[in-house]
Amino acid sequence: MTTKLETPAAGDPSRSGALAPPTATQPARPHSPASKRRMSSSLLTALTWIVGLLFFAPVLWMVMTAFKQESAAASNPPSFFFEPTLDQFRAVLDSGAGVYFANSMIATGVSTVLVIALGVPAAYALSIRPVKKTKDVLFFFISTKMLPVVAVIMPIYVIAGQIGALDNIWTLVVLYTAMNLPIAVWMMRSFFQEVPAEVLEAAEMDGAGLLKTLRIVLMPMVAPGLAATALICVIFAWNEFFFALNLTAATAPTVPVFLVSTMTSEGLFLAKLSAASVLASLPVVIAGWIAQKQLVRGLSMGAVK
Amino acid sequence: MFRHKNEVAPEAPRRRGRRRTFFAGLIAASLVLTGCAGAGAIGAGEGKTQIVVAIVSNPQMQDAIALQDKFRAEHPNIDVQFVSLPENEARAKITASVATGGGEFDVVMISNYETPMWAENGWITNLQEYAETTEGYDPDDILPNIRKSLSYEDDLYSVPFYGESSFVAYREDLFKKAGVTMPADPTWDDIQGLAKKLHDPENGVAGICLRGLAGWGENLAPLNTVISTYGGRWFDMDWNARLDSPQVEAAVTDYVNLVQNYGQPGAATSGFGDCLTRYSQGNAAMWYDATSMVSSVEDPASSLVSDKTAYAASPVNKTEAAGWLYSWSLAIPKTSENKDAAWEFMSWMTSKDYIKLVGNEFGWARVPPGSRQSTYEIPGYEKVSEAYAEPTLSAIAGASQETSMTKPVPYTGLQFVGIPEFQDLGTRVAQQISAAIAGQKTVEEALEQSQRYAETVAETYQAGEN
Repeated sequence: MTTKLETPAAGDPSRSGALAPPTATQPARPHSPASKRRMSSSLLTALTWIVGLLFFAPVLWMVMTAFKQESAAASNPPSFFFEPTLDQFRAVLDSGAGVYFANSMIATGVSTVLVIALGVPAAYALSIRPVKKTKDVLFFFISTKMLPVVAVIMPIYVIAGQIGALDNIWTLVVLYTAMNLPIAVWMMRSFFQEVPAEVLEAAEMDGAGLLKTLRIVLMPMVAPGLAATALICVIFAWNEFFFALNLTAATAPTVPVFLVSTMTSEGLFLAKLSAASVLASLPVVIAGWIAQKQLVRGLSMGAVK
Repeated sequence: MFRHKNEVAPEAPRRRGRRRTFFAGLIAASLVLTGCAGAGAIGAGEGKTQIVVAIVSNPQMQDAIALQDKFRAEHPNIDVQFVSLPENEARAKITASVATGGGEFDVVMISNYETPMWAENGWITNLQEYAETTEGYDPDDILPNIRKSLSYEDDLYSVPFYGESSFVAYREDLFKKAGVTMPADPTWDDIQGLAKKLHDPENGVAGICLRGLAGWGENLAPLNTVISTYGGRWFDMDWNARLDSPQVEAAVTDYVNLVQNYGQPGAATSGFGDCLTRYSQGNAAMWYDATSMVSSVEDPASSLVSDKTAYAASPVNKTEAAGWLYSWSLAIPKTSENKDAAWEFMSWMTSKDYIKLVGNEFGWARVPPGSRQSTYEIPGYEKVSEAYAEPTLSAIAGASQETSMTKPVPYTGLQFVGIPEFQDLGTRVAQQISAAIAGQKTVEEALEQSQRYAETVAETYQAGEN
């Protein structure tokens, strides 16, 4: 009984509290190092599960709320048992969410492709074949992230208004590209730097030109990094709210603006907002899932080990 | 490219898999690009005028969006697109757009706070002629105080969608049980006495619910009506800040004491929404707030006290009336290129017929109230609004600076100060008041700091005027 500390039981938060007494009064093998190790690893697993569930709880609550009626969502104390309904999803889909999602897809997809297309060569030039004053250039890139967005919104708004670019999805594409480019350059640079110089030298010795080296040798090695970078860009662009709120109106609003529009200062809205949030999270979850495969594969890679 | 489509690629063809992902990405991107070109082309159809309407996403406005097909059927040449946001986001966005001439919107929802200022700045269109010449629109039917608050130099610059004042909702059953009665025109002293008798925290009933949440549109709304009826004011006619006057101190002290002693628990973070929940769940004996509360309080689906509530006029001290005045209204920014189409739409949304349409489609309780006299003469509405129609109308009729203030002021507004700086100044002062309600500061300290904030704003007006 005393060693019965499998992870599933440990992962159950309702039972995790019961873990301490048996381990504390373990009479069978009090000082066996193996059991101690098992004990601490089980505790660690339990802790990980608890922390994981703690972080996941709000998401779970959001998903649950999405299937409630408004009155059940607003009830106090909160209701855990309820009759699930798809009414909120229906309401969300009926309220013209399609335009918002299409806009978000364009803004996120195009800006991410642009960021990668511009960021990878820049990162290459700053790591593998460093240009002059690399540090200054890098600092310049990141310095563009230091000014709070709210400080530049008015000039951007006025300029966009004067060139007729308000409420235009391509304005957001340009802004999101600019917003994510410094992060992408910094991230990709760190991945490029981990590529051993020997590999590139070997490729050169074998007669591969720059493009061939990039394509056949370098890209496969940094693919996990590329996936991570692209994922970050997708997440940032998809979730961006401030520019989207201020620069769009009827034709170019994105999903975060849609989420806000389901709120109201009078009346109940939690269930509908949750349903909209669930739908809004799905594409990011899918993108994360796709990128994850690349990320995991990257862990097992090693060229000169 | 020759392999499977869906299954996970095994270890060996890693590179090809990656390349494939890259190409897939490119294809996806190009699809997105072409798709977008298509989306951009959808706009106004042939010969159609497209107008963009920015509104606040309150329930009554959502009803208007739901009824847009009726408008389209009557006006096939006008294509209406809505931008609907919660109050704070909508206000920020509309203000930025109108002030800088962004020109995204043809119709904007603003209130009687913005209307006179924006009319003076020349940001919005004079609607007087439109209103007078449109057949059946009947601008004289708009409640006089509402009409006045949406006018600048006697011309209408925005038209009301709904209007509200403030009054006291109270629980008749609890009053009966305690053996007390509500005077027809209560004073704040009366309210204090009643709250004391009705305060019953053991049974989860607060004597009174009053907003404490910081915000110029939250706790300052009721508090400013108290300040006014106690004879206080924010600025005198020479733009001297007057938050240090004994009248203001007496008003704030009474308000803070009332809510601390007989108010709801956690009052410092409790706003309209929280009070609404508490009162409609039976956790307060009285509630002084917006007349628009009735759409929730009187709705049996969301309220436990719908048949137990009566209403009394805003409590007074030195003045004959003390209610506030607020209206969500529609205006046309000067930058709109489709003003006629914009008016077509807003005159529909604020017409007598629209009110009847809502009544017939969604029920009379959901009608936008407080904008037109004729609403109160519709039999269907008279029936559902029996308990609150008269108190609402008389509250709005009494809501003017002449009846609710003892001294003249150089600004418009009752529960707000009609200057652009008030959004910021008001919220700062509201935070001080909230801190006093929470007990973190004394009323004197809170007002001392508030007076300093107000002086900073006053200086710019004194400099401008002298």
